[in-house]
Amino acid sequence: MKLLISNGHLIDPAAGENSGMNVLVSNGVIEAWLKPNETPPEGCEVLDATGLVVAPGFIDLHVHFREPGQEHKETIATGCAAAVAGGWTSVCPMPNTNPINDNAAITRYIIEQGERSGLANVFPIGAITKFSDGTELAEMGEMKAAGAVAVSDDGRPLPNAGIMLRAMQYAKDFGLPVVDHCEDKSLTAGGVMHEGRVSMLLGLKGMPAIAEELDVLRDIMLARETGAHVHIAHISTKNALEAVRRAKNVGIKVTCEAAPHHFTLTDEAVIGYDTNFKMSPPLRSAEHREAVIEGLRDGTIDAIATDHAPHHHDEKALEFDRAPFGITGLETAVGLAFSELVHQGIIDLPRLVELCSTKPAAIFGLSGRGTLRPGSIADITILDPHDEWKYSNAESRSKSRNCPFNGRHFLGRAVTTIVGGRPVFDIRKLRLDR
Amino acid sequence: MEKPFRRRDLLGIRDLTAAEIKGILDTAENFREINMREIKKVPTLRGKTVINLFFENSTRTRTSFELAAKRLSADAINISVAGSSLSKGETIVDTALNLDAMQPDCIVVRHGSAGVPHQLAKVSKAAVINAGDGANEHPTQALLDAMTIREHKGRIEGLKVAIIGDILHSRVARSNIHLLTKLGANVRVAGPGTLVPNEFEHIAAAGLEVCKNVEEAIANADVVMILRIQRERQDSAFFPTLREYAIHFGLTKERLDLANPDAIVLHPGPMNRGIEIASEVADSSRSLILDQVKYGLAVRMAVLYLATGGSAIV
Repeated sequence: MKLLISNGHLIDPAAGENSGMNVLVSNGVIEAWLKPNETPPEGCEVLDATGLVVAPGFIDLHVHFREPGQEHKETIATGCAAAVAGGWTSVCPMPNTNPINDNAAITRYIIEQGERSGLANVFPIGAITKFSDGTELAEMGEMKAAGAVAVSDDGRPLPNAGIMLRAMQYAKDFGLPVVDHCEDKSLTAGGVMHEGRVSMLLGLKGMPAIAEELDVLRDIMLARETGAHVHIAHISTKNALEAVRRAKNVGIKVTCEAAPHHFTLTDEAVIGYDTNFKMSPPLRSAEHREAVIEGLRDGTIDAIATDHAPHHHDEKALEFDRAPFGITGLETAVGLAFSELVHQGIIDLPRLVELCSTKPAAIFGLSGRGTLRPGSIADITILDPHDEWKYSNAESRSKSRNCPFNGRHFLGRAVTTIVGGRPVFDIRKLRLDR
Repeated sequence: MEKPFRRRDLLGIRDLTAAEIKGILDTAENFREINMREIKKVPTLRGKTVINLFFENSTRTRTSFELAAKRLSADAINISVAGSSLSKGETIVDTALNLDAMQPDCIVVRHGSAGVPHQLAKVSKAAVINAGDGANEHPTQALLDAMTIREHKGRIEGLKVAIIGDILHSRVARSNIHLLTKLGANVRVAGPGTLVPNEFEHIAAAGLEVCKNVEEAIANADVVMILRIQRERQDSAFFPTLREYAIHFGLTKERLDLANPDAIVLHPGPMNRGIEIASEVADSSRSLILDQVKYGLAVRMAVLYLATGGSAIV
């Protein structure tokens, strides 16, 4: 069965392509690009992409699906449903499940559950240490063989430089990037929001920017020492970005991602004590948000990743101090990237595709993805930069409702998501059904 | 007639205008007299129900709210829950909805976490009064402090007020800073650098200054407000010992001599004598600590009256 995506505008930064081009998909693989005047083969199904942008499938390097262990918050199937509804063809779940994904059996289970859901590709991130407790290394080689694409103790950052050094030395030979949630816990203990004027105003305990910056600096120096690839998760502060910028300039193997809420919101949003604005790293002050936007513009930031972190309503309906960190974000990320970055003139469309597909594929070494060159896997995200829409938690595919963007209006979104040559989400069909 | 206080809830001083604050204070003046009568009860809030929902221990604030309600003939119920609703497996929202189902007119809430009154107010039909939430605000304390200052100084505008101690963790300091700066006082705060962050200066629009040391803050002050220091701050390395705190940051007679000769001393209680305040200062005629408690009752009567639908008496 062949599928022709016709009349679209193809943007594929890996191939240097940015023009009107028809894409022919055959058996889950990109077969060819056809110029608009070339005649397509007989009998193929046609997907009309007039006025739309055709891009390599978006890859989210950072999600939390709660399976195994906390399926009341999210399962791999519901997480994948939210992913494809947001335009993501591949997702990389963090290992902080219960039990922790610190061995090949769990890694395989996560991949199989992803395959069963038949929606997005699932590339698990394995733990750095057993139980993510920061003491003994987990079996990274075995997890890699089972399909893990990186290692991280996300949310429970390695408490000392010694174990991080070992992790980098060991992961390097398996070609696994070490992903770090940078937070010196001795500086954030008890903290629930960014430390600054607003935390002082609200009487909430702060998490200072320097807690993130110290660990970023540590990781950069260890990466220089070991030659390992360190990937900084959800970078959110001015000095952390400056450190990454300098490290890249001198050739240290460091990459980083930013979360949509960090380029969209500031700590002012916490006024009102709505726990859907509580996440880690926290929403920072305006100068940090501006630094993240600058990092997205100038290339210091490599990827947009959601840090999609579902929590059950009952857990978020607690005191601000006690509610868990994290918000859902798979369905709003692309809308925010369009509304806050593309339409603000901060980045152009090729850079958006680079941030959401080209670079993420390169960072985690996902071969055959992040591009639509003939021969590549047919993971495709079709975008409508000018679609006006409103996000509603009530219509979310996620099992959880902890998204701070409920009711927000967006300009631009992913309208069709194709995974392995198969359309798994098409907003236009959903709208026609109504 | 214009009503200076139109809000249903009293969540903090931060959201109030100067006119609203004055309206509450003027209303409180009118209630003071009731507390001096032989029969200290008026029928103003007959048939109204007030729930005192205290998630944190409190003697004087809870008693004060309870007495205030009773003197206005409201039915007052006290609920004390240790720590958090979570300890019973219930969310804050469910707690609020359950209480609300009993149709109270007003819920007075104290909680160790900042923002709980705001969360309750979002779902509750009853008026919510903040009786202290974490390190955020304690609005009735600031109102009673203002009433005490007005009584003794005749005004608030233009006064120099020093607030000394653990500013970082103090809801009393935050509410007072908002109230005093909104009414035109100059507020100076001081204490150990660990407990008085420089960022604090930006929480008020104007009229707030972080001083390098206690002496600088107290110099020529008209009002010296001392905050309670909590022992557990020593355990978290905010200062070395209570002894050192008393020596360098406590209000001694010598330090008070730096203030204006007619300066008054306030403390929200309970006091640690010999630590944040020397006994000879606490017991001197300049200390108005018992006046504060007295005015607290009038302020809480006024707040309950306004929150349950009364119009400001001016």
